[in-house]
Amino acid sequence: MKRICLLAAAATFAAAPAFAEDTITVGMTQSLTGPLNVDSLGQERGYEYWRDEVNAKGGIKVGDKQYKVKFVTYDDQSVGGRVQQLYTRIVVQDKADFLFSPYSSGLTAPAAVISEQYGKIMVVSGGAEEKPFMLGNKYLFMAITSASHYLSGAVEALKANSPHAKIAMVYSDDPFSKTVLAATAEQAKAAGLDIVMNESYAPSTTDFGPVVNKIISSNADAFLGGGHYSDGATLARQMYDQKANMKWVSILVAPADDKFGELGPAALGVTVPSQWEIQVSYKPQFGPTTAEFAKAFQAKFNAKPDYHSASGYTAGVVLQHAIEQAQSIDPEKVAAALNATDIQTFFGPIKFATDPGHHGLQIAHQMVLAQWQMVDGKLGRQVVWPNDAKSAPLLYPIPPATH
Amino acid sequence: MFGILASIIDGVLVGLVYGLAAMGLTLIWGVMDVINLTHGTMIVAGMLALYLMANALGVPPYLTLPPVLVGGFLVGVALYWIAVHRMIGRPPLMSLLSTFAVNLVLIGIGTAVWGTALFNVSVSLPGITIDRYTFPGAHILAAVLAAVIAAGLYLFLHRTRLGKALRAVANNREAAELVGIPSTRLLAIAFGCGVALAGVSGMLIGTLFPFTVLSGDGYQLKGFVVTVLGGFGNPVGALLGGVALGLLEGAVTPFVPVSWTLVIEFALFVLVLIAFPGGVFARRGNL
Repeated sequence: MKRICLLAAAATFAAAPAFAEDTITVGMTQSLTGPLNVDSLGQERGYEYWRDEVNAKGGIKVGDKQYKVKFVTYDDQSVGGRVQQLYTRIVVQDKADFLFSPYSSGLTAPAAVISEQYGKIMVVSGGAEEKPFMLGNKYLFMAITSASHYLSGAVEALKANSPHAKIAMVYSDDPFSKTVLAATAEQAKAAGLDIVMNESYAPSTTDFGPVVNKIISSNADAFLGGGHYSDGATLARQMYDQKANMKWVSILVAPADDKFGELGPAALGVTVPSQWEIQVSYKPQFGPTTAEFAKAFQAKFNAKPDYHSASGYTAGVVLQHAIEQAQSIDPEKVAAALNATDIQTFFGPIKFATDPGHHGLQIAHQMVLAQWQMVDGKLGRQVVWPNDAKSAPLLYPIPPATH
Repeated sequence: MFGILASIIDGVLVGLVYGLAAMGLTLIWGVMDVINLTHGTMIVAGMLALYLMANALGVPPYLTLPPVLVGGFLVGVALYWIAVHRMIGRPPLMSLLSTFAVNLVLIGIGTAVWGTALFNVSVSLPGITIDRYTFPGAHILAAVLAAVIAAGLYLFLHRTRLGKALRAVANNREAAELVGIPSTRLLAIAFGCGVALAGVSGMLIGTLFPFTVLSGDGYQLKGFVVTVLGGFGNPVGALLGGVALGLLEGAVTPFVPVSWTLVIEFALFVLVLIAFPGGVFARRGNL
C-alpha cells in the first residue's frame, strides 16, 4: 500500500512541469450535444481561433510577462442545470481566471449567477437577453448588441420603405424572442407603424398553416418574428407556399445560417438582424480587420465565419484589450479596464454601460440587417441596412410567390 | 370568414399525415403492448432518407416513398430483434426503457453525424388558391398519399391471410399459436410495419416542412395525443384521431392567441383520457 502511494506521488511530481509557463485560464461550457450544438459551434470556433492566434503571437503582454491562454471547456449538453454545475467546477476546481459565456440567453443567465458569486469576469458573446444585466452584476460584460435592439434596424428600414406598413408579429414563446419582439412593438408604435397581429407560439409548433392563414386574414403586409432554426425556416416556407405575399419579412436567427438558402425561392427577400456580416467594413483600432479575420478563419476551419464566430472572437479581443490596459490579471482591475473600454474592432464599436441598472450591457455596437438576395444566380446574404454599411440595395417589396 | 374554413381544411390535410404517423405507433401497441419510443426518431429517419435521396441523388421526392417503406420495414424488423423481442411478455416498463435507450443511441448518432442543422426539401407542386388562401400542392398530395396508405393497411389487416394472422396474434397470442400461427415472426413483421409507417409519414412530412434531426419529438408527442384520441391499438381510429387533431388545430387557431393552441390540445387530451380511458374509438385487442 505504502509503495503504491509513493509511486502515485512520484508520478504526480513527474507530471507537473518543472517551470510552469505563465498562463491565463479561460473557462467556458460549449453545447457540443443537444439542440444548440449547431448554433454553439460558431461561437466555439471564434473563441478557439482567438486563443490560437494570441498564443501564436506569444501571448498577452502584461508588464514583462507574456501570458499564454489556456482553455478549460466542458459540454453543457444545451442544458441550464449542467451549466451551473460546470461553471462552478471551472472556477473552483480548474481555477479559471476568466470566463466566457455559453451559447444562448437561456444558458448564459444561470452561468452568470456562478461568475458573479465567485467574482469572475465573464464576457458574454452568445446571449443577448438583458435581464442578467439589470441585477447589479459587476463582472458580466456583453460584447454583442442586446435583444431589445435586434429589430430596431428592421423597423427603421421598414418605416423608410413603407411608412404605412401593417405588421404581423408572430414569434416563439421563449425569453429571447419575447424580449426582442416586445421592444420591437414599442419601436414600431413609436415609428407610427400599425401592428395588426401580435402573437407568440409554443416553441414546439410544427405546422404553421393555420397561423399563416391568420396572418393573411389580418391583412398584414409585413412580417416580423420567428425564434430559432426550424420554426423560423418553417414560417418562411409556409408563408411562401401559402402565398401570403408579404412585402417585408424579418425573421430572427434562422436566416443567419447559410443552410437557410436551402429554402430556395422561399428564402428570397427574407431579412435577418445580424450582429456582423462578412461584408461589414469597420476600421479596427485593435485586432484584425474583417478581411484578415475572414481569411485566417477560412484557412483554419475551412468554413466562412458567421456572426457567432465573429462575436466569440470579439469576446476574446475585448478581454485581451482590457487585460493589456489593466496590466494585470486581477479581476477588479480588469473589470475597471472593461468599464473604461471604448474601442473600434472589426466587429464594430465596443463600449459597456456602467450605470448599476444596466452594468455591462453593450451600448456602442449595432446590428446590421442582412437580406437573402439573388446574386449571380445564387442565393446569399447581403447587408442592406444601415445605409452606411450596406453591400447591396434593399429588395422591397419582396416579389410575390411564383409557383 | 373563408380564412377559418381554409384553416380547418389545411388542418385536416396535415392531420391525415399525423394520423398516418400515429398508425405506426398504435399498430405496435395493439399487437404487442409495446410503446415504441423510437417512433419520433423513425419519423426523422424517413425525413432524412427523403432529404438524402432527393437532394443528394436527385431522386424526385415522391419516388422515395417505396424505398422508405421497404427500408423502414427492414429497420423495424431489425429493431424488433435487437431491442424488443426479449421484452415481450415482460412488464411494459421494460420495453419502454429498452426503446428509450435505443432512441438515445440513435439520436446521439444522428446529432454526431448531421448536427442539428436545418434540412429542407423543396417541392414545387401547383396549389389551389381560393380567395386569398392557398392550399399548397404538397399538402394535398401528402394527405392523399396518407389516406391511400392507411386504406392499404386496413385492407392488409382485414383482407390478407398475413393481416388476419396479425389480428389473431393481437387478439390472443396463445390461441393464435395453438392454431399454428408463428407469433414471434408476426410480432417482428408488425414492428416492421409500424416503423415503415413512421418512416413514410416522416417522408411525407419532410415534403411539407423543413426539419432537423431533433424534429421527431414534436411528432411523437402528437402521435401519443392522436393515439389517445383514436383509441390505443386501433389503426383506423388513429387516422381519425389525426384528422380530429388537425381539425382542432385549424379550427382553434383563428379564434384564440396561437400560444393557446397547445393548451387546448392537451386539455382535450386529458378530458378524453378521463371520459374514454381507452380512447374515443377504442377496440383493444381487436385490430
